[in-house]
Amino acid sequence: MAPSAATEPVIIADQLAAAYGTGLIWKDATFRIDAGEFVAVLGPNGSGKSTLLRLLLGLLPPAAGSLLVLGKRPHRGNPDIGYVPQRRNIDRDLPVRGRDFVHLGIDGNRWGVALGNATGDRRRVDEAIGSVEALSYADRQIGRLSGGEQQRLLLAQALAGRPKMLLLDEPLASLDLRNQIVIAELVADLARANRLTVLLIAHDINPLLPIVDRVLYVAHGGVAIGKPADVITTEQLSRLYDSPVEVLHDSHGHMFVVGLEAESAHHDA
Amino acid sequence: MMPDLSLAAGPYFGWDLLRVVEELFHYTFMQHAFEAGTIVAISAGVIGYFVVLRGLSFAAHALSHIGFAGATGGVLLAGTALVLPGLLVFTMSAGAVMGALGQRLRGRDVTIGLVMAWSLGLGLLFTYLYQGSANLAIGILFGQIFGITTRDIAVTFVAGSVTILLVVAVYRPLLFATLDEEVAEAKGVPVRGLSIAFMVILAVAVSEAVQVVGVLLIFALIVAPAAIAERFTTRPSRGLLLSAVLAVLFTWAGLTVAYYVPYPVGFFITTIAFASYILARAAAPTLTLPRARGRELREREEQLRHSP
Repeated sequence: MAPSAATEPVIIADQLAAAYGTGLIWKDATFRIDAGEFVAVLGPNGSGKSTLLRLLLGLLPPAAGSLLVLGKRPHRGNPDIGYVPQRRNIDRDLPVRGRDFVHLGIDGNRWGVALGNATGDRRRVDEAIGSVEALSYADRQIGRLSGGEQQRLLLAQALAGRPKMLLLDEPLASLDLRNQIVIAELVADLARANRLTVLLIAHDINPLLPIVDRVLYVAHGGVAIGKPADVITTEQLSRLYDSPVEVLHDSHGHMFVVGLEAESAHHDA
Repeated sequence: MMPDLSLAAGPYFGWDLLRVVEELFHYTFMQHAFEAGTIVAISAGVIGYFVVLRGLSFAAHALSHIGFAGATGGVLLAGTALVLPGLLVFTMSAGAVMGALGQRLRGRDVTIGLVMAWSLGLGLLFTYLYQGSANLAIGILFGQIFGITTRDIAVTFVAGSVTILLVVAVYRPLLFATLDEEVAEAKGVPVRGLSIAFMVILAVAVSEAVQVVGVLLIFALIVAPAAIAERFTTRPSRGLLLSAVLAVLFTWAGLTVAYYVPYPVGFFITTIAFASYILARAAAPTLTLPRARGRELREREEQLRHSP
């Protein structure tokens, strides 16, 4: 890839609006996201964060305005996008290995059964699983793995399709704090290594603060984007979430956000 | 009365397996039973794998009851020639509706249960109006495998091949849509269309089974082999094959026993299927134990690695 690609816009939204039926969710969203950017998508419950991903995936048409993804109008089945939706629990007894899930990321949309080029596909599956360091448990039943292990394999599934962009819906939800940091750093490393653009929906900003390039806020029927230092302030966050939020700075210059615990506690709503 | 197996003039059964096979295939009705039974079993096993994986056992069971109403309705309209068309029309349209409901079908126990009971009632009415003997209803519900004609076999063969080929044709996207609907949809898999197509294929599989085990007992051949297979393998392709192989074995075993013992073949097939499922449930936990222990070890290892 040419070095100039680093500043090329991969998402261009202009006066974009999202709605389900007649219910408007947000409007007047105008923003650009460049190739290789790591963007955290934040906002209160029900503000339309997942809806933004559905628009980018072509699963929901824009209600107004225009949206370009990798130079094209969004369309379902775009091979350049890797998607990890918000997870429900995977059945413990589901008789399928993690590896099978990853494999579907390569050939799940092809008709028929696997014939011929199966070895090439298997190598790609191994590569993807190796890149998330999950080879030691990829052959186990996926429902019996821990939340962090499952999240790695689902990430591998998205990577197996060799995308240019990753859309991750709450990949850190229901993980313990250590795993949240580990997975967030893993995504950042993978994005850097593969020059991926990442949009990651999260409730807790803290594990992402060292990683993100920009923050996209979806709140109050609108969308705003900015550098973390500009957006993550006590005033901005309190206004966005309609509740007292405090941004603390420690002696090392690290930021920490307090007051969103209640939000993240019922993230499944 | 049980036949006395020791009679010299009775059918041979013993260690000479070749002679047993010769004995079993001596009569045309037995050959036909094995041929039709094998086709029905393979398609039931193959489609059953996805029925169990998609959590549609109850819906599949309801389809077979709806089939009863369809078959008796067909007979009422134009005699026994309409058994299969009547079955197909009812099960396929019900299947299409269920498929369109998709994931919303899960947890609809009350609705499915009521439709099921009503279908049985409807079938009862049609049987009564036809004024035929109860044998007709019994035959549709429980099969008449020892009365299969060459034409029946041809019909079963065509229907069975179509269902198997269709499952093979949609195998990967269907697996994707079953395991990971949201990602599959984003990847361009026609999730809703597949859901409808699958239920229609299931409807054909249920209908073609009418002569072999009947519309009620086909449930055993669809669910039991697949449920057992899913306990013993975590690979979808192997699970599918194992499920088909088990369905064929249950059918062969049931036919063989029924040849020697004068009780209905449907009873033997369902009994063998049920007993195998119980055995599999008892055996499977011991088989998976080593894996569980391995996981504990690995978790401890991980804890050590991450502790300072």
